[in-house]
Formats: sequence, structure tokens, C-alpha cells
Amino acid sequence: MKPSVFADAWEGLRRNKSIAVSVILVTMISLYLLGVGLLAQRQVDQMKGYWYDRVQVSIYMCTDGALQPNCTGEAATQDQKDSVAAQLKDMEPLVKDVYYESEKEAFDRFKKDYKNSPLASNISVGDIPPSYRVQLSDPEQFETVASAFEGAPGVASVPNLRQVFAPLFRAINIVTGVMIGLAVLTLVSAVLLMATTIRQAAFTRRREIAIMKLVGASNRTIRTPFIIETIASGVIGAVMAVGLLWVTAWALFDKYLLHTQGAGSGYISTADVWIIAPFLLVGVVVLAIGTSTVTLWRYLRV
Amino acid sequence: MIRFENVTKRYPNQNRPALDGIDLNIDRGEFAFIVGASGSGKSTLVRLTIREEIVSSGRLLVGGHDLRKMPQRKVPQLRRQVGTIFQDFRLLPNKTVQQNVAYALQVIGRPRRAIRALVPETLELVGLAGMEKRMPHELSGGEQQRVAIARAVVNKPPVLLADEPTGNLDPATSLDIVHLLRRIHDSGTTIVMATHDNVIVDELKKRVIELEHGHIVRDEEGGSYVPKAVDNRDLDELEAERDDDLDEGSTVPPQDRPIGEVHALDEWDDDAEDLLR
Ligand SMILES: Nc1ncnc2c1ncn2[C@@H]1O[C@H](COP(=O)(O)OP(=O)(O)O)[C@@H](O)[C@H]1O
Ligand SMILES: [Mg+2]
Repeated sequence: MKPSVFADAWEGLRRNKSIAVSVILVTMISLYLLGVGLLAQRQVDQMKGYWYDRVQVSIYMCTDGALQPNCTGEAATQDQKDSVAAQLKDMEPLVKDVYYESEKEAFDRFKKDYKNSPLASNISVGDIPPSYRVQLSDPEQFETVASAFEGAPGVASVPNLRQVFAPLFRAINIVTGVMIGLAVLTLVSAVLLMATTIRQAAFTRRREIAIMKLVGASNRTIRTPFIIETIASGVIGAVMAVGLLWVTAWALFDKYLLHTQGAGSGYISTADVWIIAPFLLVGVVVLAIGTSTVTLWRYLRV
Repeated sequence: MIRFENVTKRYPNQNRPALDGIDLNIDRGEFAFIVGASGSGKSTLVRLTIREEIVSSGRLLVGGHDLRKMPQRKVPQLRRQVGTIFQDFRLLPNKTVQQNVAYALQVIGRPRRAIRALVPETLELVGLAGMEKRMPHELSGGEQQRVAIARAVVNKPPVLLADEPTGNLDPATSLDIVHLLRRIHDSGTTIVMATHDNVIVDELKKRVIELEHGHIVRDEEGGSYVPKAVDNRDLDELEAERDDDLDEGSTVPPQDRPIGEVHALDEWDDDAEDLLR
């Protein structure tokens, strides 16, 4: 019985070629959409991990003639600076490390970062305010620390880097939601098509099935070829979807973004496709087994 | 071997039961005819016995097993013990004679070695030696029914059910088939045959159970057909055919070859002996 099970399954796929091809294609499309959704989420996680780790709380102090409403138009006094420093010290161990960047240092850093930019020549010492650069032991606590200094005497501003990223993450989340929504719809079609295929195959083989039942073949013998066929078309679809995802990730990230922005800059790569591929494969096998079991249970009762 | 205890079978949406309070016991090694007009319940009785249908009330025991209580997963075991043949042969048109018979063994997982031994032996016994490679459409009706019989007995079941096996055959061929069934019976197989062919019934002089509207109206040893048919013209035709057949004594095949021993029932579940009651 063993070797002929696969032969039967192959024969069955061949006989219902067009419908088997539809199952494969619809499975491929739905898993591709699902894969894109999962990759987008991995991209969000990656960016969060990458940027949030680097996020420092920057507490900019007032300078002479500063326009921020909290400043009185005068530079922060040494007392005010000391009080901020003392307050940061109180916040250990959440505050891991504090570095005071003077106006001169800020100017030098800017010069170095933008040395080829015309901006650099128009800027002088004092244009960039001094700041406390605060490293957190838990970057998730950004808000707690930032809000403690927002509006404190002599503090010009505490820019929140998260607010910069929030719209980007929101956009990616919407993409993910749309992808997963479409994936669910196409997965439903895939399941319905699988069920149709099984019914059609059972109809094509009704004589064989009737005889198998008559001579006492076990349910397993009767059903296994159908289950194997369904798993096979699902797996073929999944493999094709993984291939497409790989090409997508390669073209978008490996070839374009990583090439232009350099490695380790917070982007996913084709490696992430290999991480989600097993889940897609196992998922499709589970789906195929579930669908065929239910369908066969309903249509092939002894 | 097969025992009906007050069995009633009602099909959904039918106001009259197909079988109504049937009490019947068929012992091991018996040969029993079930006769009766069309619609009297013969096929229903066969279908209940292989659990294609489930009794509505009463008890049906096959080999001591109450079929109503038998779990679904044991039904295949039952069917391996009860061979079946039908009026329409039910062969696979795209398989040869040999493959059709082997198929029955393959799908129940018999080893290849056993299949290689059993198939030719069985084909020889049903008189199809030399036709192994033919396709069903290259065979006469009688030959096709022999293939079906070979397939039904190749696993050596203790019971063989035949539902109008000669319904599609001419009278002479019908007699050939019945003589083949008698040889299978002689080797120890219990046979229950539903028919409304009076020639056959009268020829074999076995037990006759007559159904009418789902009731047993007659049960006698060595009986004859004596149909209670409404249509007398049909009856006359049958009588005429019968006379023809009796003239053609030469169509009866030699009865020298016994059919192999009845299967030892070792595959049957825990209380295998029950089947031998
Ligand atoms: N699957 C079924 N569904 C409903 N009624 C059925 C079914 N099979 C048989 N019957 C009815 O049961 C009665 C007995 O039928 P059957 O057992 O086929 O008789 P026979 O084989 O003697 O001709 C008939 O009245 C028939 O119409
Ligand atoms: Mg009938």
C-alpha cells in the first residue's frame, strides 16, 4: 500500500490538473500576502530594536536669545544645569549614563556629521544649544524621563524621537493589517478550493472508493491519497510563495536599501524570509490536513 | 452466523418500512435464497448485513457482532469477512481482470507475496484462467460476474452475499454462475443470495426465504421459487426460459475443483470465534 499511496496522489493531481493548479496559485497568493504582512511586522520590530536602543533622551538647555517659550531669552544658568544633572542622578539606575555636550562640542559634532553640506558653513558656536545626552537602561521608559524635564527651568526642549517614528510605524502597521486581511480572505478561498478539489477528486474516483469500501479497506487507506494530494498542492503553493517573498525581500532590502544605507541599519533582509518560511509551511500543512479531514469526514462516510 | 432479531429498517421520508420485524437466522455453511418481488426488501437485507445501512430497531448480529453497536472503525473488518457481489458487477473499467481482483487485496494491505499467490489461484477457481490480462469490456457478462466473484472471495471470507447476481445475465449463464456459487458454498462458505430468478432457486433446492413488503412470508428448506408475482405474463416467460435451460445441460461447468479453505478469521477482532458460532 505504501508506495502506491504517492502514486495515487500524483495520479489524482494529474487528473484534476486545472483545479489543482488553482489551489496551488491561490495558496501561493494568500501565503505571499501573509508573508508580506509578517515581514512588515518584522521590519517594525527591527526598527524599534535598532532605533530605540540608540535613542537617547536629549535635554536641550536654553541659550542666549532662545525662542522656546520655556526660556526667558537668556542662557540657562549654572544652577539650572546643576539641578537637571542632580535630578538625572536621582533617576539612576533608569538613567544609565549622562553626558553633557557643550555648545562647542555640539558645534564640532555638527561640523563633522555634515562636513560636505553647505549647512555647515552657515553655523557658528552657540547656534546649537548645549544638551544632556541621557542613556536609559530601559529605552521603553523614554516618556517617563522626558516628561520629567519638559518645562523645567532652563530647559529649552526635550525632543521625542518616538514621535518622529510613530507615523512610520503606524503606516507599516496599516500595511500589515491590510496584508493580513487580504491573506485571510485568500486563505478562505484556498480552503474552499481545497474542499472543492477533494470533492471533485472523490467524485472522479467514486467507483474505486465504492469498491474499497465494499472490500473493507480502512478509512485511512481510502482517505490518505486525498490528504496527501491536498498537502502536496498546499506545500507547492507555499514553496512558491516563499520564493516570491525571497525575491521581494532581496530586491527591496538586500539589493536596494541595504546597498544604499549599509548593513545593520535596521532593515530586514532575505534572512527574515527563511525565518518565517517554516511557519508558512507548517501552517499550510495544518490547514491542508484540517480541510481534507473535515471534507472527507463529510463526504466519504463508510 | 447471521441473525436478525425483530429487525425493522425505515428509510428517511418513507412511510412504509423496507423491512418490518424480520426474525431470521442463517447458520454457518448454509446456502439461503432471499426471494420476493421487486421492492420487497431483499437489497435492504443485504445492505444491512454489510452495514451499508443501519437497522432502525431490533438487533442484527453477524458473527456474534451487533452491527448497530459496532463502531465505525470496525466496519471494514466486517466487510473483509463478508464478500459481496451485485447485479452490475462493479468492476473497475480501467483495470485488467487480474488487477481488479488484486485491487481488493491491495486496498486492505495484504502483502504482495500473498496477492501473487491468491489472485491466480482464485481466477483459476472461477474459471478465468488465461483471461488475466483482459479488460472488463472485453468480457461477456458471465465472465465479468466471475471476476466480481473472484474479487469477493479472493480474501476467503466466511460469508458471501449476492444481490441478484444473475439479474443481467441470460438463463444459461445464470446457471453457470449459480453452479460456481454452489462450489464456493461446498468449500464451507455461507451464501445468502437475493434473487427473483425462479429457475435458479428451483434448480438448487436450498433454503428459500420469501419477503413481501418487508415481511417474511415463507421460510422453507429445499424450497422452490413459487413466486407470488402479480404479473403472470412475466411468470410464463420465466417458465419458458427455465425449460430452455434444462435442455442445455452442457452449460454446467465441471464441479471438480473445490474452492480454497475458508479464511481463518485471524484478522477478526478480539472475539473472532463468535463468527463461527
Ligand atoms: N436508499 C433508499 N431510500 C429510501 N427508500 C429506499 C431506499 N432503498 C430502498 N428503499 C425502499 O425500500 C423498499 C425495499 O427496497 P429494496 O430493499 O431495494 O427491495 P428489493 O431489493 O427487494 O427490490 C422499497 O420500497 C424501496 O423503495
Ligand atoms: Mg434489490
